[in-house]
Amino acid sequence: MAGKTAQSRLSRNRTRSAWLFLAPMLVTLFVVAAWPLGRTVWFSFTDASLDLISQARWVGIRNYLEWVDWGDGTGQYYGLLADPRWWRSVWNTVRFAVVSVSFETLFGLVIALVLNQSFRGRGLVRAAVLIPWAIPTIVSAKMWAWMMHDQFGILNDMFMRLGLISAPVAWTASPDTAMIAILIVDIWKTTPFMALLILAGLQMVPQDIYEAAKLDGVPPTRVFRKITLPLIMPAVLVAVVFRALDALRVFDIVYVLTPNTDATRTMSVYARENLFDFDQFAYGSAASTLLFLVIALITISFILATRMDLEGNTT
Amino acid sequence: MKPGIWQRIGFYAIVIVIVTQAVFPFYYAILTSLEDGQALFEVNYLPKALNLTNYRAMLAEGVFGKQMLNSVFVASVVVVVSLFLAVTAAFALSRIRFRGRGLLLLTVLSVSMFPQIAVLSGLFEVIRFFGLFNSLWSLVFSYMIFTLPFTVWVLTTFMRNLPVEIEEAAIMDGASSLTIIRRVFLPLMWPAMVTTGLLAFIHAWNEFLFALTFTSTDSQRTVPVAIALVSGRSEFEIPWGNIMAASVIVTLPLVALVLIFQRRIVSGLTAGAVKG
Amino acid sequence: MATVELINVSKSFGSVEVLRDINLSLEKGKFVVFVGPSGCGKSTLLRMIAGLEDITSGELRIDGQPMNEVLPAKRGIAMVFQSYALYPHMTVFENMSFGLEQAKLSKPEIEARVQDAAKMLQIEGLLDRKPKQLSGGQRQRVAIGRAITRDPRVFLFDEPLSNLDAALRVDTRLEIAALSERLPDTTMIYVTHDQVEAMTLADRIVVLNGGIVEQVGSPMDLYESPASEFVAGFIGSPRMNFLKGGVAEAHGAATYGIRPEHIALSDERGDWSGRVVLTERLGSDTFVHVEVKGVGPVNVRVEGRADFASGETVYLSPDPASVHLFDPQGRPVVRSVTP
Repeated sequence: MAGKTAQSRLSRNRTRSAWLFLAPMLVTLFVVAAWPLGRTVWFSFTDASLDLISQARWVGIRNYLEWVDWGDGTGQYYGLLADPRWWRSVWNTVRFAVVSVSFETLFGLVIALVLNQSFRGRGLVRAAVLIPWAIPTIVSAKMWAWMMHDQFGILNDMFMRLGLISAPVAWTASPDTAMIAILIVDIWKTTPFMALLILAGLQMVPQDIYEAAKLDGVPPTRVFRKITLPLIMPAVLVAVVFRALDALRVFDIVYVLTPNTDATRTMSVYARENLFDFDQFAYGSAASTLLFLVIALITISFILATRMDLEGNTT
Repeated sequence: MKPGIWQRIGFYAIVIVIVTQAVFPFYYAILTSLEDGQALFEVNYLPKALNLTNYRAMLAEGVFGKQMLNSVFVASVVVVVSLFLAVTAAFALSRIRFRGRGLLLLTVLSVSMFPQIAVLSGLFEVIRFFGLFNSLWSLVFSYMIFTLPFTVWVLTTFMRNLPVEIEEAAIMDGASSLTIIRRVFLPLMWPAMVTTGLLAFIHAWNEFLFALTFTSTDSQRTVPVAIALVSGRSEFEIPWGNIMAASVIVTLPLVALVLIFQRRIVSGLTAGAVKG
Repeated sequence: MATVELINVSKSFGSVEVLRDINLSLEKGKFVVFVGPSGCGKSTLLRMIAGLEDITSGELRIDGQPMNEVLPAKRGIAMVFQSYALYPHMTVFENMSFGLEQAKLSKPEIEARVQDAAKMLQIEGLLDRKPKQLSGGQRQRVAIGRAITRDPRVFLFDEPLSNLDAALRVDTRLEIAALSERLPDTTMIYVTHDQVEAMTLADRIVVLNGGIVEQVGSPMDLYESPASEFVAGFIGSPRMNFLKGGVAEAHGAATYGIRPEHIALSDERGDWSGRVVLTERLGSDTFVHVEVKGVGPVNVRVEGRADFASGETVYLSPDPASVHLFDPQGRPVVRSVTP
C-alpha cells in the first residue's frame, strides 16, 4: 500500500490556525525590528542626515572606511574604522562588560549562596536584595550621582571620615574615576539579577548530594569547589552570557551619569551622539550596525556552541 | 554539625553588608528628598526634619504628574497589547506542530538581543512616517521590540507544560483552537500572564533611549526621561531635592509591586532566562 | 453491518512504522478490547479512530461512512482519557456540558443530558464541585459522564484504570461492565495492557504486538486456541509454561506450552519428576515452581493450600489435551497425540 502521509482535516486546520495566530505578532515584529534594522544598515551605506532622510544616496562603505587622497602623494583614512574615538568607545564597552559581569557574577554568587541557606529573616533579606533591581535605571543613576557628588556627596564624606581619601573626588566628572563610577552603579543595580539566576541554579541541586557529602566528611570548601560549582556552572554560564550581551549594549547609565566623557563613552552612546547630537546620521548608523554585528556574532557563537555541546553529548 | 560561633557571626556580618549596600542608596534618596534648602548642602546620615517641599514642587507645579500618567499609559497599553498578541502566538508555537516552528521561536527570541541603538535610526524614520513622533503611541509601538519576544517566550514555555490530554479532550468536545485558548488555556494561565505582564511593565516603565529620542516636549515625556532632564533655574543649580523627590515618588510603587510579587517575579525571571 | 471498520490501516511517525496493515471489523454494540505490551501500537490505533492522530494510509469507516477526513467531534465518538483530562477550572457540570455547548445544544437539552448521565453514574451530588475536590474514582466517573452526555455511537477508553489503586480498579471495572450493559447499542473500544481487564470486560479481544494484529477473538477463544506463541504467553495469568528442547522435539515442535492450571501434581507418581524450587501461597491457589530434569522450570497451580518443602521431589502430569505446540516462528503446530 502506498505510504502517503495524508494529513487529516484536524491537522490541516490546526496548521492553518497556527499561521493565523502567529501573523499579527510576526508582522509587528517585522515592522518594529526587522525593517528598522534593515534601514539602519542601509543608512550606514548612504549620506543620510536627520533632516533629509528620504534623500539619502548610496555612498558605499565610505562611513566605515575611506581613503582620502590629498592629491599631493599623501592621504588619510577616514571613517568609523579609522576613528580613534570609535575604537576608544569599543574599548570602553568591552572593558565595562568584562569588569561588570565579573563582579556581578562574583557578588551574585555570594548573595545566592547566602540566600540558599535557611536562616531567620531570609525572606526580608531577599526582599532587600531585590530593591536595587526594582529601581529604574535612570533613578539609580541620579541617586548615585547625588551620592557621588564632589561637594555634597555622602560617598566622599564617608571615605574622608574613614581616611581612605584625603580630598573629595569628582567621581563622575574626573576621567580617571568616571568608569569606576559607572561600574559601581551598574554592579549595584544588576547583581540582584545575577544572584537570582544563580540561586535558581543552586536550588536545582538535589539536597541528597550534600547529605551524602556530609556523611563522607567532605569539608565545606571542597563541597563547594567539587560539587556545587560544577553543578551550577551551566546556569551560571547562561546568566553570564545574557548579562554580557546586555552589558555590551549599555546606554542609559553612561548617558545620564557621565555624559560627554571620553573615558566612559560606550558604543551605544557613541552611536546615538552621532545620530542625533552631531548630525552625523549615516555615521551613527554605521556605528549601530557594527554594534549589532558584534552582538549577533557572539549570540550565534553561543547558540552554536551550546547546540554542538548538546549534539556532542547525546548519542 | 552546627556551625561555630565565629562562622555564625561571619555569616550574619555578610548578611548585614548585603542588606546595607542594597538598601542604603534608596534610604539616602528618601532622606535627601525630605530635606530642603540649607540641609541639602550638608551631609546628613539621619533625617533632620521631614520637609515635603520637594514633593510639593514636583507634584503641584510643572508636568511631572502628567509625565507619570504618560508612563503608566504607555506601559499598560504595551503590556496589554503584547500579552494579547503573545497568547495566540504562544499557542501556535507550543501546541501545534508545523514546519519551521523551532526556527521561528529562535528568531523571535533573537529579536530581544537587538541593541536598541541598532534599530533607532530605522525606527525613527518609521515613526516619523506614521506621524507618531512626539506622541505616546510612538513608545507603545516601539516598546514591542522587547516586550513581544519576552512575553512570547515565557508564555510559550508555560503553555508547553500544560497537559496534552486536556487539549485533546477539548478537541474531542469540538472546541476550535480559539475556543481552546479562550476557555481552556487562558483560565489556567493567569499566574503566568500576571508575572509576565508585571515584568514587561517594569521594563517598559524603565525604558529610556526610545523615550528620549521619540518625544521632544516635556508634556509628552515619560518618567525616566523627565528625571534625567530635570534642570534648575540656572545651569549651575541642579535641584537635587526635587530630583530625589521625583525618584522616590516613582520608585515607591515599583518597590512595593516588586516586594508583593517577589515570588512570582523570581520564578518568572528564572523561567525566562534559564532556557527550557 | 459493522460499526467500526479499519481497512488496510497503517501508521508511521516519520520513517518509523508503528502500525502495519490493520484490518478490523467491529460489530455494533460489542465491547472490544485492544490489548498488548507497551509500544505495540494499541493506543495509537485508538487515537486514530478518535481522530487525534492522522491515518498514514488505509481507511477508517464508522457505520459505513469514511471518517479519515472528519473532525473528531463530528465522528459520533467520545473518549475517556487515562488521566481523566478534566478541565481543572470548571465544575463537574461545566466539564460534562462543555462538549454540548460546542455543539450548540439548547440550555434545557444540555441540562437534561447532564442530569441523566450524572444519575447513571451516581454523581448528581458532585455537579458543583471542581475536579480537585474529587477522589480519583469520582474523577474517573466524571470523565465517563462527560463522554456519556455526548450520546456517542462509539465509546473509546484509553487505559482508564491505570491511575487507580488496586481496589478501586476492580470496582471501576465492574462499573464499566455495568455501563456497557446499560448502553447495548454503543460500541465500546477499550485499550489496556492488563490482560485481566481484557478477559473480564471484552466480548472480543484484539491482541496487538509490534504494530500488527496477532489475533482477534472472544476471551475464551484466545485462552483455548491461541493463534501464536505470543498470544499464548500473553493471555492467562500466571503465564503459560514454555518448554524448549527435548520435550518439544519429542512432539515435533520447537516450543511446548502448557498452562500451570493444566498440570496435575502428585507426590507419588506422574509423567515428569522434579524438585520443588519455590512455593507461592495465595490462599485460594498455590503456585509451585518445579525444576524438572531434562525439561526445565515448570510452574504448577494447585488449588487451595498445598505445602511443599524446597527440594522435595514431586511428580507432574500435564494434561495432553491442553498442550500447545509452536514452531520456531511461534506459529501453532497441529498436535500429534502422543504422551
